[in-house]
Amino acid sequence: MIDLQLMALLLIPLFGGGMLAVFGARPWAAELNSLMSFCTFVASVALTMRVIDAGPQAAFNEQFFIDQFNVYLVALTAFVAFTTSLFSRPYMRIEQHHGKLSVGMLHLYYSMYQLFTFAMLVALTTNNMGIVWVAMEAATLTTVLLVSLYRTPASLEAAWKYFILCGVGIALALFGTILLYFAAERVLGQGGTALLWTHLNEVKGELEPTVLKLAFIFLLVGYGTKIGLVPLHSWLPDAHAEGPTPVSAVLSGLLLNVALCAVVRSKVLVDGSLGSHFAGNLMMGFGLLSLLVAALSLFRQKDIKRMFAYSSIEHMGLITFAFGMGGAVATYAGMLHMTVHSLTKSAIFFAVGHAVQKAGTQQMDNIRGLLQVSPTVGWGLVLGTFAILGMPPFGVFASEFLIVTTAMHEYPWTTPILLISLGIAFAAIFGKVQPMVFGETTAKPLPHPPALVPVFLHLLLVLILGVYMPAYLSDWYRQAAALLG
Amino acid sequence: MASNYASQFVNLLAALLLLVVFAMLAQRRILSMINLFAWQGLLLAVSTFIVAYSTAQHHLYYSAGLTLVLKVLLLPWLLHRLMRKLNVRWDVETLINIPTTMLVGIALVIFAFNLAAPISQLAEGITRGLIGIALASVLLSLLMMLTRRKAVTQVVAFLALENSLFFAATSATHGMPLVVEFGIALDVLVATFIFGIFFFQIRETFDSLDITHMEKLKDD
Amino acid sequence: MTENTEFIFAILFQLTQLLLVVLAAPLLSGWVNQCQAWLQNRSGAGVLQPYRVLHKLFHKDAVIAYNASPLFRATPYIVFGCMWLAAAIIPIIAVDLPFSRAADVIALVGVFAVARVFISLAAMDIGTAFGSLGARREMLVSFLAEPALLMVLFTASMISHSTQLPTIVDTLAHHQFVIYPSLAFAALAFVIVLLAENARIPVDNPSTHLELTMIHEAMILEYSARHLALIEWASSLKLFAYISLGIALFTPHGIAEVGNWAGLPLAIGLLLLKLMLAGAGLALLETVSAKMRIFRAPEFLGTAFLLAVLGLLIHFLLGV
Repeated sequence: MIDLQLMALLLIPLFGGGMLAVFGARPWAAELNSLMSFCTFVASVALTMRVIDAGPQAAFNEQFFIDQFNVYLVALTAFVAFTTSLFSRPYMRIEQHHGKLSVGMLHLYYSMYQLFTFAMLVALTTNNMGIVWVAMEAATLTTVLLVSLYRTPASLEAAWKYFILCGVGIALALFGTILLYFAAERVLGQGGTALLWTHLNEVKGELEPTVLKLAFIFLLVGYGTKIGLVPLHSWLPDAHAEGPTPVSAVLSGLLLNVALCAVVRSKVLVDGSLGSHFAGNLMMGFGLLSLLVAALSLFRQKDIKRMFAYSSIEHMGLITFAFGMGGAVATYAGMLHMTVHSLTKSAIFFAVGHAVQKAGTQQMDNIRGLLQVSPTVGWGLVLGTFAILGMPPFGVFASEFLIVTTAMHEYPWTTPILLISLGIAFAAIFGKVQPMVFGETTAKPLPHPPALVPVFLHLLLVLILGVYMPAYLSDWYRQAAALLG
Repeated sequence: MASNYASQFVNLLAALLLLVVFAMLAQRRILSMINLFAWQGLLLAVSTFIVAYSTAQHHLYYSAGLTLVLKVLLLPWLLHRLMRKLNVRWDVETLINIPTTMLVGIALVIFAFNLAAPISQLAEGITRGLIGIALASVLLSLLMMLTRRKAVTQVVAFLALENSLFFAATSATHGMPLVVEFGIALDVLVATFIFGIFFFQIRETFDSLDITHMEKLKDD
Repeated sequence: MTENTEFIFAILFQLTQLLLVVLAAPLLSGWVNQCQAWLQNRSGAGVLQPYRVLHKLFHKDAVIAYNASPLFRATPYIVFGCMWLAAAIIPIIAVDLPFSRAADVIALVGVFAVARVFISLAAMDIGTAFGSLGARREMLVSFLAEPALLMVLFTASMISHSTQLPTIVDTLAHHQFVIYPSLAFAALAFVIVLLAENARIPVDNPSTHLELTMIHEAMILEYSARHLALIEWASSLKLFAYISLGIALFTPHGIAEVGNWAGLPLAIGLLLLKLMLAGAGLALLETVSAKMRIFRAPEFLGTAFLLAVLGLLIHFLLGV
C-alpha cells in the first residue's frame, strides 16, 4: 500500500514532465502543469495521512523511507509546487505577452518544472544517502536552464554561477557521502545497505568518529552551498533575481528546505556517532553567520527580488541555527519556521512578480504606488512583508519567538546576535517596501488578471499557524522533532 | 600475493592520477587539457578494473566499463567536437601564474594528506592512503576551477573533480552501490550536455567564452 | 676467506670501477651523440669521437688570458677531480666498496656543487661578458635544480632509511620486488634535473655557441687545449655520474656483491646494457624536444622540484 502511494507521488511529476516535454508548446500546457501539480499534491496528502496514522514506514526494499519529518516536507513541497504552478499560469502568459518569453522557452519551463518537483520529492523520500545526492544534483540540473530562461547576459551569468558553484558544492557533498560510506561499510559490510539512512541510524554509535567528522564537514559545505549558507551563498541572490519569478519562488521556498533536510539527516548520524554536539555547533555557527551577513546585506539592495533572496538566506540561517541547537523545542521551532517561511516567501515572490510586471523594472527606486494601481498586489506585498518580518499574529512570529527563547535558555550569548540581525532585517526591508506600496505611479494595467489567490491562501495559512496551531499538526511536528532528537 | 601486487598497482595508479591533475593544472592549452582528462579517465578505468578483479566485486566491472565509455571516449570526444564547433583554440589564460598555482597546489596536497592521515590509519589493505590522494585531487581540481578564466576549462576542471570523486568512490571504498553509481554517471552526462548548451548561449550573448565578461552582477 | 683477502678484493673492485668510469665516460658521450646522429638520419662521427677530440686537445698548446688568476688554471683539475670522485663512489657494479663510506647522497650533491662553484668563478675570472653571463645562467639553473635533486635523493633515502648510497642500492636491489609510486615521481624529477645539470636540450644545447641561449658553453669559452680537454672530460664524467646515479637509484637490480667474482661479469654486462639504454633514451629525448626559452627553464625545473616533493609526500601517505 505504501509502495503504491509513494509510487503515485513520484511517478505523477515524472509522468507530468514527460507529458509536458511532448505537449509543452500547446496553449493548454499551463493548465496541464497545474493539473499535474495538483495530482502530486493529492498523492502527498494521501501519503501524509497514512504516515501520521501508521508511523514511519520503509518502501521499495527499504530504498525509500517516510517518517513524520520528511513527510511534512513532502506535503509542504507538493503544496507550494501546486500553488506556484497556479501562479505561474497567468504570470508566464503576461511575460509572453510582454515578449520576454517565447513558446519554446515556456515548453522548457513546464517540463523542467515537473522534473524539478520529481527530483525534490525523490531527495526527500529516499532512504539512500547516495540517492539523496543524485536527486539534489538532478534538482540543480533541472533548474539551471530555468534560471537562464530569459537569455539575457545577466541571467546567463546568474545561471553559470549557480551551475558552477552548486556543482562544486554538490561535488564536495559527494565526497562527504563517500566518506560516510567508507565508515559505514566497515560496520554494515559491502553493498546496498551501507548507505541506507535507517540502517546507519541504528548503528551510528559504532561508526568511526574521525571519518564522520570529516564527512560531515564536506556534507555541510556541499549541501550548505545549496541552502545558501554564508560564505557559499553568492549564487543565490543572482539566481533569484535573474530567473523567472515562479522559479525564484520554488528555489527559495522548496529547494533550500530540501538541502537543509539532507544536512539535518546527516547531523543526526554524525552527532550520534561522535556523542558530542560537533555537527550541531557547526550548523549553529554557519546559521548565525548567514543570519548576520544576510541581514547586513539587505540594506545595500536595490533590486527587489535580490532583497528577498537575501531575506531567504537570513531565514535559512535562522532555521539552520535552530536545527543546530537541537532538542525538542528548537527542532519543533525550526520545522515550524521552515513551513511558514516557505509559505510566506513564495507568497511574497508571487506578489513581487506581479509588482515587477506592473512597474516594468526590478529596481525598487522605480516601483512606486502599488496600492494605487493594484490594491490586491499592494496589500499582498504589505502583508507578506509583515509576515516575513515576524510581526504578530503571523506564524513567523511564533517560530522566531520559539527559536529566540530557546536560544536564550541554551546559548544565551547568541541572543544579541539573533535579535540584532532580526532588527536590522526588519528596518531594512520595511524601509524599502514602504515607499513601493504607497505613493503615486503611472503604471499601466496588466494584460491578464494577476494570480492572487495563491498569495492570500499562503498568507492565510501563515496567519492561522500564528494564531492557532491545530492539535494534530503540533502532535505531528512534535513526533518529527522527537525522531531527530 | 596477487592482491598485494594489485594494491601496489592501484597505489601507483593513484599517484599517477594525482600527477595528471597536476599536469592539467600546469597546462596552458585547452586541447591538451582535454587529452589529459581522457588519460585521467583511462587511469580511473584501469584502477577500477583492478579493484574489481582483486576484490571479486562484479558490479565494479560495470563501473570500469562505464568509465571507459563515458570518460575516456564519449566526453573527450564531445569536448573535442565542441571545441571544433566553437572554434576555440586559444591558450588558457590563468588568473594566477602557473608556478604560483603549482606552489599552492603543493600546499593543498600537504593539507589534504594531513587531513586524511587519521583515516589512512584506519583503512587496511588496498585502500590505505587512497582517500588522501583522492582528497588532494579534489582540492586541486577546485583550484583549477578557481584559476581558469575560460568557461571550457572550468568545465574540464569540473569533470576532473568528478573523476577524483569517482576514484574515491571506486578505489577507496570498493565502489558505492550500483544504483548510486549509475545515478552519478547520469548526472555527469546530463551536466556535460547542459554545459554544452551553455557554451553556445554564452558565446551567442557575449561573443566570447571568457567568463570575465560575467562579473557584472553585484549587490548594488 | 680472511679479512685481508676480502679487503684486497674490495680494493680491486674499487680500482676497477675507478678506471672503468674514467675510461668509459667519453664512450658514453660518444654513444649518446651517435644515437642522436642516427635518430636525425646522419651518419655521425662514431662512438670514439670524444677520445679523438680529447687526444687532439691534449696535444695542443694552451692559450691562457693575460689577466687569468691561478684559480682559472686550477679549475679544470678541480672540476675533473670532483667529477671523477663522484662517478667513482656511486655503487654501480658492487655495493660495498671502500670508497663507498664517502658515498653519502648529500656529500655527492656537495661534490657537484664544489665543481660548479669553481667553474663559475673561473668563468667570471677573465672578466669577459660571456663568461659572466654563462656563470649567472648556470647559477640560476643549478639553484633550481639542486633542491629538486636533493628531494629526489631524500625520497630514495626515506625508503631505505639511510642517506648512504650503498645502503639505498642494497635495499632496493636485494629485497622483494615492490612497486614504489614515490620513486616513479622521483625518477621523472631526476630526468629533468639530469637534463638541466648536464646542459642538455631542452635547457641548454651543448653543440651550439649561440649567445642568446648558451649556458655551459659560455662559461668555458676561454679555455683551450689541455684545460678544455679536462673540462670536456669532466662533462662526460658528470653525465656518466648522473646516469649511473639514476641507475643506482631506480634500477639497481643485478648489482654484484663484494668478492663475488662470478657475479662481476654479469653485473658489468647489465651495467653496460643499462648505460646503453639510458644513453639512447637521452638521445631520443633530446631529439624529440625543442630548446626552451631560458626564462621557461625555471618553470621546467620547478616542475622537477614539484614532482620530487610529490614523490616524497606520496611516500609519507602510502608508506611505500
